[in-house]
Amino acid sequence: MLADLFNNPALMIMLVGALVGTASSLVGTLLVLRGTSMLSDAIGHSIVFGIVVVWLLTQQQSGPVQILGAALTGVLTVFLTELLVSTRRVKKDAAIGLVFPVLFSLGVLLLNLYARDVHIDTHTVLLGEIGFVWLDTVSLGDYRVPQSLITMGAMTLLNLAFITLFYKELKLATFDEALAKALGLAPGVLFYALLLLTSGTAVAAFDAVGAVLFVAFVIVPPSTAYLLTDRLWLIFVLGALVSIISSVTGYYLAVAWNVSIGGMMAVMTGVLLTLAFLLGPRYGLFAQWLRRRRQRRLNEVRTLAVHLYNHEDEPRQAMENVTHALREHLLWDTARARRVVARSCRNRLILCHGDVLELTESGRELAREILEPTR
Amino acid sequence: MMADMTALLTDYTLQSVIIGAVLLGLVSGVLGCFAVLRHQGLLGDTMSHAALPGVCLGFLIAGTRDIGIIMAGALFTGTLAALVILLLTRMSRLKTDAALGIVLSIFFAFGVVLLTYIQGQNNAAQGGLDAFLFGQAAAILRSDLWLMGGITAVALGLVAMLWKAFKLVSFDPEFAASLGFPVLVLDGVLTVMIALAVVVGLQMVGVVLMAAMVIAPAVAARQWTSRLETMVVLSAVIGMFGGVSGAVLSALKPGLATGPLIILSVSAVVVVSLALAPRRGMLWEAVSLWRGRRRLRYQHVLTTLYRLAVHHADPDYSSEQGMLDTYHGLGTRSALRKLQAKGQVEWRAVATGEPGPSHRWVLTPAGIREAERILDALGQEER
Repeated sequence: MLADLFNNPALMIMLVGALVGTASSLVGTLLVLRGTSMLSDAIGHSIVFGIVVVWLLTQQQSGPVQILGAALTGVLTVFLTELLVSTRRVKKDAAIGLVFPVLFSLGVLLLNLYARDVHIDTHTVLLGEIGFVWLDTVSLGDYRVPQSLITMGAMTLLNLAFITLFYKELKLATFDEALAKALGLAPGVLFYALLLLTSGTAVAAFDAVGAVLFVAFVIVPPSTAYLLTDRLWLIFVLGALVSIISSVTGYYLAVAWNVSIGGMMAVMTGVLLTLAFLLGPRYGLFAQWLRRRRQRRLNEVRTLAVHLYNHEDEPRQAMENVTHALREHLLWDTARARRVVARSCRNRLILCHGDVLELTESGRELAREILEPTR
Repeated sequence: MMADMTALLTDYTLQSVIIGAVLLGLVSGVLGCFAVLRHQGLLGDTMSHAALPGVCLGFLIAGTRDIGIIMAGALFTGTLAALVILLLTRMSRLKTDAALGIVLSIFFAFGVVLLTYIQGQNNAAQGGLDAFLFGQAAAILRSDLWLMGGITAVALGLVAMLWKAFKLVSFDPEFAASLGFPVLVLDGVLTVMIALAVVVGLQMVGVVLMAAMVIAPAVAARQWTSRLETMVVLSAVIGMFGGVSGAVLSALKPGLATGPLIILSVSAVVVVSLALAPRRGMLWEAVSLWRGRRRLRYQHVLTTLYRLAVHHADPDYSSEQGMLDTYHGLGTRSALRKLQAKGQVEWRAVATGEPGPSHRWVLTPAGIREAERILDALGQEER
């Protein structure tokens, strides 16, 4: 029964995709919140060098030592970048853009030179081959299990363990680095541990999604979650959820249109981000628009109430407190004036006697509150 | 050997490659200066990755490898990427770095999807599309060069026309706004120009590494000068040098992608510049630091001798080598030798009647004057 599951390519591909997404978005959440998302771009590119060198040296790609070895290139990139920034000759953005292209270029050239000896080609470097992950299997007990599934599963657990164990410390180091330092939590060490895990995840995910699509899985799910909630733990959960949804939908769309599966999964994370950007409950564009509209309507009703209150019991009341007078006094066009009057009537703030408008007691109360807030 | 060289230089493909590399170096060197000064290096990275879907869309529209339409597509999606970044940072709570990463990866992923879609169509002409990933200089045609040259000319013409405004906006946008310059428009023009550089580099460097071609020449040039005029010219020269050397290397040995070779050549220039450039170079800084430290050490030893002489009210007061070493915590012999060579101290045989070494250090009149001058300069007095 279990063997059937492992022999189901579609399920394996979606599972690997979901694990890549979950493992990446776990570390990605902290990178995004720290404002250092682009480091994942640098790491994703430069591990290519590490992977090729490790392969040429050991002729093996998957083993903890191999992954660690290749992952060190990622940490090296960040270290070199910070070194370059510390010389005060290059700004941070330019330093990132200088270091990783060099390592990436070396990796690609080594691939060109030793093309026959290396298991990957330059195409895989960028696109990955998630469609073939079920072909490369290892024996686990009685079952043939895809290699990527084990590597990505281990990486996901490792990232999860790191975040659970150091949850409090990471939270503090992310939101208030100075306080974390003052309390002796060594945020610098935590940061480099995070980078090492990011690089390890990039190496583990490399065969499946390549160097660039990895960036999508690191940055986009956490950003989507960040648009939906303020709670840190919920960002982690929603990030994993986004990864799983985009993995499943991405797979089926890619099969339907006969396109790159990894690419389609990444595009789906983008689609979900767009949805969150537009429809998010609190920070979404639609929610912002609704909020603004409600505020505008409220302001109109209040303005009308104050206007009527000011002219109440005046001799010219019959001329001022009529719908068409609002045009000159409040510069509202007829349609707008009608809308506001209708809304105020519905809210029982005013009474309409034909054309003449009269405040109700609650409308009068509202106007008094505005005019004499401290009364 | 000479015949080989001549054959190389008259080689049709190689000529195209060199012309293409010169154009690329020129446009990315000049425009890169503004991108680097405005801290938009990573925007270049995003815009170049975002050119991939444009390349594929251009191919899909044209149905063939028509470089004009492909370039137009790349320019379109590159610019669109910049707009989406602006939208995300202005209209949501995402920060710039997240917006850059999102747009880079999603646009690229969409490009990958389109690329595999095109490959699934079994169109015979699609074989060349991979070249846009890492660059394939040898695949450049003469007709492509005309287009690249045209875009370069337009970009450089714009820079020349709007030179003053660009300069001001790059260094002090607030001041530029207060003078009534349309800062937003100029910002937009400069951003679109990065897309222009990316478009010129499509076939030479490819979309993945184009960012480095925008950043590296400008960073290297910045080390040698503090004037924008000089920096732009130098940056263009460095870009052309890197472009030509990388492109020629890749054309000589088939199978090597052009982009990585160009990037490595340019980056080598960056390393050299960071290390050797006068005043800003790190080697220069290390030497002057070392010199300063050594000079401080001579002066320290000299003033110690002077103070001892003052305290003992004896201008000929003699000090033992061992005592000076103990006082300064380190060997002072080399510093004293140097002072001796300058004629400021003497290694004199003294007969004091006390036990101890027969030779001791004594200040000369020149040494006393120098020590007084140093203490004066420091604003200290020893009475």
